[in-house]
Amino acid sequence: MQARKKYVLLGLCTCCWLLLFYWGGLHERILGLVTHRRAEVLRPWPDWLDRALLPAYASYAELQSMEGPGESPALRLQAWNSIYKDSHCRMETCFDFSHCHGHDGFRVYVYPTEKSDRISESYRKILASVAESRYYTSDPREACLFVLGIDTLDRDQLSAQFVPNVDERIRGYPLWNDGRNHVVFNLYSGTWPNYTEDLGFNIGQAILAKASLNTEHFRPGFDISIPLFSKEHPQKGGERGWLLRNTMPPKRKYLLMFKGKRYLTGIGSDTRNALHHIHNGKDIISLTTCRHGKDWEKHKDARCDHDNEEYERFDYQELLHNSTFCLVPRGRRLGSFRFLESLQAACIPVLLSNGWELPFSDVIQWNQAVIEGDERLLLQVPSTVRAVGTDRVLALRQRTQMLWEAYFSSVDKIVLTTLEIIKDRVYSHISRNKLMWNSLPGGLLVMPEYSIHLAHYPFYYLNLGVTPGQEFTAIIHATSPLVSQSQPIMKLLQVVSKSKYCSQIVILWNSEKPPPHRSKWPPMPVPLVVTDGKRKTSSRFLPHVAIETEAVLSLDEDSVLLTSEVNFAFHVWRSFPERIVGYPPRSHFWDPVKKIWGYTSKWTNEYSIVLTGAAFYHRYYHYLFSHYLPPSLRALVDRISNCEDILMNFLVSSVTHLPPIKVAQRKQYKEMPNPQSTNMAPWANPEHFTQRQECINTFASWFGYMPLVHSQLRLDPVLFKDHVSVLRKKYKDLERA
Amino acid sequence: MKTKHRIYYITLFSVVLLGLIATGMFQFWPHSIEASPEWTLDRRSVHDAPLVKLPTSSPIPERGDLSCRMHTCFDVYRCGYNPKNRIKVYIYPLQRFVDEVGVPISSNGLSREYNELLSAVSDSDFYTDDVTRACLFIPSIDVLNQNSLRGPPDYNTALDVPRDRALLAGGGFSTWTYRQGYDVSIPVYSPLSAEVDLPERQPGPRRYFILSSQTAVHREYRSELERLKEENGESILLLDKCSNLSQGVASARKRCSKGQTYDYPQILQESSFCVVLRGARLGQSALSDVLQAGCVPVIMADSYILPFSEVLDWKRASVVIPEEKLPEMYTILKSIPHRQVEEMQRQARWFWDAYFSSMKAIGLTTLQIINDRIYPYAARTYERWNNPPVVKWSSVNSPLFLPLIPPRSPGFTAVVLTYDRVESLFRVITEISKVPSLAKLLVVWNNQNKSPPEESHWPKIAVPLKVVRTKENKLSNRFFPFDEIETEAVLAIDDDIIMLTSDELQFGYEVWREFPDRLVGYPGRLHLWDHEMGKWKYESEWTNEVSMVLTGAAFYHKYFNYLYTYKMPGDIKNWVDAHMNCEDIAMNFLVANITGKAPIKVTPRKKFKCPECTAIDGLSLDQTHMVERVWLCRRRSPLTGGSAEIDEVFLVTRLALKPFPAVNDRLYTAPRNASALTVHVQ
Repeated sequence: MQARKKYVLLGLCTCCWLLLFYWGGLHERILGLVTHRRAEVLRPWPDWLDRALLPAYASYAELQSMEGPGESPALRLQAWNSIYKDSHCRMETCFDFSHCHGHDGFRVYVYPTEKSDRISESYRKILASVAESRYYTSDPREACLFVLGIDTLDRDQLSAQFVPNVDERIRGYPLWNDGRNHVVFNLYSGTWPNYTEDLGFNIGQAILAKASLNTEHFRPGFDISIPLFSKEHPQKGGERGWLLRNTMPPKRKYLLMFKGKRYLTGIGSDTRNALHHIHNGKDIISLTTCRHGKDWEKHKDARCDHDNEEYERFDYQELLHNSTFCLVPRGRRLGSFRFLESLQAACIPVLLSNGWELPFSDVIQWNQAVIEGDERLLLQVPSTVRAVGTDRVLALRQRTQMLWEAYFSSVDKIVLTTLEIIKDRVYSHISRNKLMWNSLPGGLLVMPEYSIHLAHYPFYYLNLGVTPGQEFTAIIHATSPLVSQSQPIMKLLQVVSKSKYCSQIVILWNSEKPPPHRSKWPPMPVPLVVTDGKRKTSSRFLPHVAIETEAVLSLDEDSVLLTSEVNFAFHVWRSFPERIVGYPPRSHFWDPVKKIWGYTSKWTNEYSIVLTGAAFYHRYYHYLFSHYLPPSLRALVDRISNCEDILMNFLVSSVTHLPPIKVAQRKQYKEMPNPQSTNMAPWANPEHFTQRQECINTFASWFGYMPLVHSQLRLDPVLFKDHVSVLRKKYKDLERA
Repeated sequence: MKTKHRIYYITLFSVVLLGLIATGMFQFWPHSIEASPEWTLDRRSVHDAPLVKLPTSSPIPERGDLSCRMHTCFDVYRCGYNPKNRIKVYIYPLQRFVDEVGVPISSNGLSREYNELLSAVSDSDFYTDDVTRACLFIPSIDVLNQNSLRGPPDYNTALDVPRDRALLAGGGFSTWTYRQGYDVSIPVYSPLSAEVDLPERQPGPRRYFILSSQTAVHREYRSELERLKEENGESILLLDKCSNLSQGVASARKRCSKGQTYDYPQILQESSFCVVLRGARLGQSALSDVLQAGCVPVIMADSYILPFSEVLDWKRASVVIPEEKLPEMYTILKSIPHRQVEEMQRQARWFWDAYFSSMKAIGLTTLQIINDRIYPYAARTYERWNNPPVVKWSSVNSPLFLPLIPPRSPGFTAVVLTYDRVESLFRVITEISKVPSLAKLLVVWNNQNKSPPEESHWPKIAVPLKVVRTKENKLSNRFFPFDEIETEAVLAIDDDIIMLTSDELQFGYEVWREFPDRLVGYPGRLHLWDHEMGKWKYESEWTNEVSMVLTGAAFYHKYFNYLYTYKMPGDIKNWVDAHMNCEDIAMNFLVANITGKAPIKVTPRKKFKCPECTAIDGLSLDQTHMVERVWLCRRRSPLTGGSAEIDEVFLVTRLALKPFPAVNDRLYTAPRNASALTVHVQ
């Protein structure tokens, strides 16, 4: 008995001891002491034992039904307007939206320039771009935005371009209204030695579109940072980027280059003075010269002579072409010409300009096109750029080209981008999203009034992972009155309506006679709509509401086609939804003797135009044709009743940078005049041809360059003219002559 | 006996006592003696956190500096160059602060949400416990809710606590308090996210068009909303709090309208658009609820910086309307196309899933945004941030996206893979050398047992000819991105394809120039999904739709060599090498997958024939080979097995298009002079 008690007691004691041992965490401590800092724990934010008991950060009442100060929204807005102005300006407080009512309300007025004023070449181009844009108005009463007639580009007091007394003059503007709804363009501000951002006059509540903007002074969502461009920058068109091919591996002779001034003193010298450190003479070329300014020899240091000598050995243009990356350090000011230069040269810019608000930073995602370095980490730049992988270099390089061509290659594009950004803010619910701004073909060619839905455009199918719709709308341009049932249009209606992809047919009635009664049209398996073209040639490309499908088949009334030809062309279009896919080709050429563009309908090895008398394209091009192109070009087309197809080809090629596509066709289109046709075929007229030649030159001058691109190929169905049984062929009719 | 017992008991008790004392000694030993990480061991109570007494004289940090930017207020040297391009984050250990009298300074201490956030950070690979290696520091002081710090609430749009130059991740910034490029705007977390499970609904039309569920809407706005409802009727549902319920969880989960009770947030799923109006604060937890329900938020809060707006494209997921335009809301929303509404619904839900659903998501997104700023060259792309998984799977972002038509010079490089058919090889070389745009000829000698012929035996041609000897007889060698290939265009050609004339090859190159991102080949093949058999059908019959071209003779961009060799998903490359087959199919799949585009077939004027095969009906490969290919490709190869990388993208059988030279004139003459033959070992 006693012995048993004894053991029970002993057992109990051991238990107590063990319990104490574990509860007290004793073993952990002992273990910790033994294994020495096993406690360099993996997970130092503890799994709290009582984590489930922790209070919520806020009660439901706080989150859902907290009534704030009962301030009326209207009063708050009023209060804002008086607090948040000048350097605190935002669109909500410093911009008067009431001037921009309605869809067509975004109008820009340019103050007249005074004859006595000297206006710099660059500002003249800016004003010309605004005046030529579709937003221009000559009536200040209907304007939403105002552009100054005074040249404010160069506000460096030491500069010859400096315009004095701006303050007094703008006060004299009756519509100045403390700068509300005004946009002030500026490239240079401040002067030696500090180059501050002071413009030398009070801009008040005006939007500042300025180069070299500093993030600190930048009013987000209000100001616009623009790139610094030279006075040689073209007003229209502009050069294309220099990237011609995607070489693989995407390396160029030099990895990184810089060639420029070294500032020995003053602002910006910290960075410029250190650039020579990364020069290795092999793949990294960083050349600086001391030779600038009048008295550079005064500040000259030991490096100067050697550096200057090395500097002369390399050519800037050659380096630009042959480097993968280009250093773009700050100069005296934050932005520099070399930013646009390297962007055009497809030399990926490596920015060393702390605090620079990059051009159009509101909309452009720069980290996909440039390397944003940090001035403080200059010495890390070589290892950083070396670590950029093949795919990344390829992507960055192509993006420099995309951005250059979309927003920077001409003054026109820079100005239009500025206006479009402001417009997107004014009509924020019908504005472009970031994808539209940052992918091909760029924001200027995307008009949000058409649609804000990406899949409604021909450009984003792949990006969204969707395919173009399975149906098309045929638009038949009818000019001759309906007299017999054997007219070509009747045949055409039948052919087109038989296609299983045809969802509707629109007849655009452009004849002198009124359209015939509904019963005159043959019965159709698809809906038939007749609309009045008001006898305007350009009406065939109006964005008719009747068009519900993405694909449009544009037809002349006398087009001769087969259903299988239509089907095949539609298949091809679905693979190339952003291009024109059609049958009869034409070509343009440069006439070196007359120094003009020529037009030819001869059969050659190349073509650059596909006639829209029988062609598929995306319906968005109707919208662009009617809203993007200037009224002057459409008026020209209407006046001469010609060239609308050439204009459409110009438009589409300027968007895609690619040629149209010609597909297989059984018969040659319009090879011989149709004897049945009552009218004299317009193209048989020699004047018709001269007109088209003139058109090409007029259009090229509006676009500022020749957008048409040549192609040498024709797309045929896979078994076309192969020696296999006709029964196997999907488009057998194409081969029956 | 008794004394014996007594001694026994005494010893026993003294042992127990000693034990207790010893334990107690360890237990209550002052913490300072032990190493500090000891304390952070798991399984502790929050209340064990050490107390820190703050004397009233302790220095108060500066108030926030509005001019702070990354390059002025952020010490980038701490982050430095880092091969992984990842910032390191340190979390201060938890402490409880009391004033001199011992009264806690904050009323709540650590909240559940902040604890979740810090746990998530410490579990992530951003975390470091080494202060010296850290680039970003997170205090363990919980300031998620400023109300817990002080008495009366204020409605400032940024945390109103002296914080020196600290970067602020806050929910409800206005454009005047947000330091663009420095602060991070985060969502106001909704506790309902964790509590309520709302299954994702398919995008599409909903019962209501517009729904307003907020309970604290300014009365002027409420009357405006009511006016809208009067004008537009039943498609607008205005909810308010239920008067019969007391405040608390129950009332948070119910909403009422005209005596009817609705479950919140479930009711949000019944509407296409949900209003998120400015309340007492700019940031509203309702935004999170609305997104979770897949309802498109209509945000009317002027000057509000939307959550994560630095990287998220809110225009694709929401409608932002100035407060002034509230009366026009209905018209504005009606003008949005249906398909856009559906995309926005999907996008809204995706934003919630990825960035709003938990404190972990919020915390890690914030760190990723800061990470993207410090290593901008390794930043996530727009697509990665904004495309929901379903789009990521099906969308294509071609690496060769720029529309370029490369110039004709410097031509292309022909790569001939050969084993030992020297005679045929020489004929091929002679034939190809006549192509005007040929820049260089590269022979890949795949036979390790036999040396290539002597230099003198090779045909004399006008362009450089190089022979590369391989180490192993692998089919993939033909797709290796040799340094010797200096042009972007590559012509891959078998050593038995002798029937292509130089004119046809030149035309093939011209076609490739117009489609540099596609495979441009000559003979076509079809791949189809056989529904009955449930596997890929491989057919070389003459058919109408061709989604493949054989690489026996095909032009393509050298980039695809690089992709094939280094980026081919799964074990396809090994499989191809092991089975000595299907390399062309793998290449076709790769190009189609990466560009989303079908190959182009160029018409050969002659029929394809393989001189060593007994060809039937113009097939380029003999029947036994064909049977073998069908069999092989049907087996559970990586191609048919459907590895994660290769998905439905391949199912799309695209129309292949056959360009045809308009006129067969000889257009091109290019002078050639260099002649070189070098044999070297790869």
